[in-house]
Amino acid sequence: MSYKLTHLKELEAESIYVLREVAAQFEKPAILFSGGKDSIVVTYLAYKAFFPAKIPFPLVHIDTGHNFQETLEYRDNLVKKIGAQLIVGSVQESIDTGRVKEEKGYNASRNRLQTTTLLDTIEKYKFDACIGGARRDEEKARAKERFFSHRDEFGQWNPKNQRPELWNIFNGKKNMGEHFRVFPISNWTEMDVWQYIYQEKIELPSIYFTHERRCFQRDGQWLAAEPCMTLKPTEEVVTLKVRCRTIGDISCTGLTISEAHTLEDIIEEIAATRVTERGGRADDKRSETSMEDRKKEGYF
Amino acid sequence: MNTKGYLDMELLRFTTAGSVDDGKSTLIGRLLYDSKSIFEDQLEAVEEASRSRGNEEVNLALLTDGLRAEREQGITIDVAYRYFATPKRKFIIADTPGHVQYTRNMVTGASTADLAIILIDARNGVVEQTIRHSYIASLLEIPHIAVCINKMDLVDFSEECFNAIKEKYIQMAKKIHIKADLFFIPISAKYGDNVVTDSENMPWYNKGTLMNLLETISIEHKSGGDEQPMRFPVQYVIRPISDKYPDYRAYAGRLSGGVLHVGDSVRVLPSGLETSVKAIMEADKMMETAHTPESVSVLLNDDIDISRGDFLVKTNDKQPKISQNISMMCCWFNETEMQNRKKYVIKNTVAETIGIVQSIDFKVDINTLEKMEGVSSLKMNDIAQVTIKTANPMVFDAYENNRTTGSLIFIDPDSFETVGAGMIIE
Ligand SMILES: Nc1nc2c(ncn2[C@@H]2O[C@H](COP(=O)(O)OP(=O)(O)OP(=O)(O)O)[C@@H](O)[C@H]2O)c(=O)[nH]1
Ligand SMILES: [Mg+2]
Repeated sequence: MSYKLTHLKELEAESIYVLREVAAQFEKPAILFSGGKDSIVVTYLAYKAFFPAKIPFPLVHIDTGHNFQETLEYRDNLVKKIGAQLIVGSVQESIDTGRVKEEKGYNASRNRLQTTTLLDTIEKYKFDACIGGARRDEEKARAKERFFSHRDEFGQWNPKNQRPELWNIFNGKKNMGEHFRVFPISNWTEMDVWQYIYQEKIELPSIYFTHERRCFQRDGQWLAAEPCMTLKPTEEVVTLKVRCRTIGDISCTGLTISEAHTLEDIIEEIAATRVTERGGRADDKRSETSMEDRKKEGYF
Repeated sequence: MNTKGYLDMELLRFTTAGSVDDGKSTLIGRLLYDSKSIFEDQLEAVEEASRSRGNEEVNLALLTDGLRAEREQGITIDVAYRYFATPKRKFIIADTPGHVQYTRNMVTGASTADLAIILIDARNGVVEQTIRHSYIASLLEIPHIAVCINKMDLVDFSEECFNAIKEKYIQMAKKIHIKADLFFIPISAKYGDNVVTDSENMPWYNKGTLMNLLETISIEHKSGGDEQPMRFPVQYVIRPISDKYPDYRAYAGRLSGGVLHVGDSVRVLPSGLETSVKAIMEADKMMETAHTPESVSVLLNDDIDISRGDFLVKTNDKQPKISQNISMMCCWFNETEMQNRKKYVIKNTVAETIGIVQSIDFKVDINTLEKMEGVSSLKMNDIAQVTIKTANPMVFDAYENNRTTGSLIFIDPDSFETVGAGMIIE
């Protein structure tokens, strides 16, 4: 017996298995597509899972209105290439119709507002399973999440009473109005994701690689000086060579000063880094349990 | 670490087990810390959280106890998954709770493990939860068990103390028929003795650190081996119905035993119809062979009726059982008791049917390890031998021969919760 299973192969097999379970167990599943590397990998895995048939889920993008242009272009190209349906839930619309109130001040972010738009979109299209690219290694509350994560009719997560999840048997049964969040790449680390992108030659939005950008510094991290950001009088705009380690809404995406041009460069950079990728995200820094609190409300 | 080296790594999944406060979460924190797998911002956050709770030293358990309720109570409630890699291997850790109330979460974390670390507090020795978790680990057929006698710093690093607990454990292991290979390591999770580095305090011990064991233990059981019978539960039927692929029909699934080759003659179960393998696809790539546990899709040479939950097996392999009567060892998870004659939804691999409890043959008393007969219901955390009858024939193996095709879950038909787990007996 000399067959050796590599860890990437094992992780890929597990994720494809989960994606096929979603297609088999639910009536109206969707992929929550943020344009970041994790949702790109999930979409790629879905492409592999159902080939040569099309991906049997639409892509849902919750658009805060504060996106990097490169992400939107990438999204539209991808949708065309794989022939998927795209559904956009707009945070701006939730603000305009009074469903949510825009935060004020310098640290205002539309990140939290996304939860309402997301839950409204789920209800409008009657999605019964939303597939996300969250990984357990990202954050301590995420480390506790199941592959099939049950949400009550208010969209809430109850971390103190999750369903047992044994072996690879997934229980997607639910009552009317409830839904599931499903995380096929739960067991992948940031390094696994990059290695896989490298191995499979997956195309990424250009902002993951080094580029010149107008930036400013706040609370020790570099942010993009885009029109949607209000700068304090003391904050100075400088042009730097940066890249994103994770992509979210502009207001909470920290930029890394980097010269990484290629995937090999990025892998080397990640191997040497001493901070987590979410270390650059303002939304996690609001309190000790801010991710858990947001997840309980129905966040991604 | 170069790119190539990393791409070739193997994966070991392990779980922690043992009684409340025996030091499971601290040990995981120590493993991560000493293997330099903790990032600066994570460490800062844990230092800050320890300070704000009035702890003098950094509480490493906070690296896995991430929920608000866990931090408030200082216990683990649900499994936390953590990841780290050394140049030799990549690891997935499930840190599970010791509290008896959360046994279901322990079983969740342990069900997919290749190795279990069972922690014992050197001051207390083998206690009821040690036995319960060891028993569950043995029912789950976890191939390797590392018994870590922890808090050796609190017993003066005494060799006698270690040997006494080891003896006691070996006796207990015999009683519950643990088949796994056992390793015994005296450690201090808090101070790091024998976790990643050899202990200077215990010169009498020279069998290597826990990390050394994790890096070198065999994981050959995973890919099953060529001798293992091939099992392929059909998960999903791929039918593109497009101009380019008008008649394409492939059966998607994950190999759950053995190896499949193009040209193999296969039998469809439960129907019994036979055909042969025309092609094996991994997305757009044609494969000659598929190994366990790969996810592939299979094209067959004949057009026969196959749907989700059916099995493909090789005609000349040992065949799985097909039956409506199934006996198993069962762990019950829910406050609502299992009742004799009650109906549940039964899921085994991806197949689903209704099952009625025919008999609760005996319940195991965890303290005495004796069989108690004549019980008519199971309470939360009970372990028992149960026989069910299903509405449709089920295809399965004995759990000891195949952890995937030999396992099943009970789903309550009213609440839809997962209420129990079963490990099928031959
Ligand atoms: N002196 C000493 N204390 C230890 C050691 N390991 C753990 N502890 C302490 O034991 C207590 C419990 O540790 P935890 O790691 O939370 O225990 P646990 O097994 O994870 O507990 P549950 O998850 O709730 O079952 C903490 O106060 C630890 O600091 C050790 O090696 N020596
Ligand atoms: Mg713990």
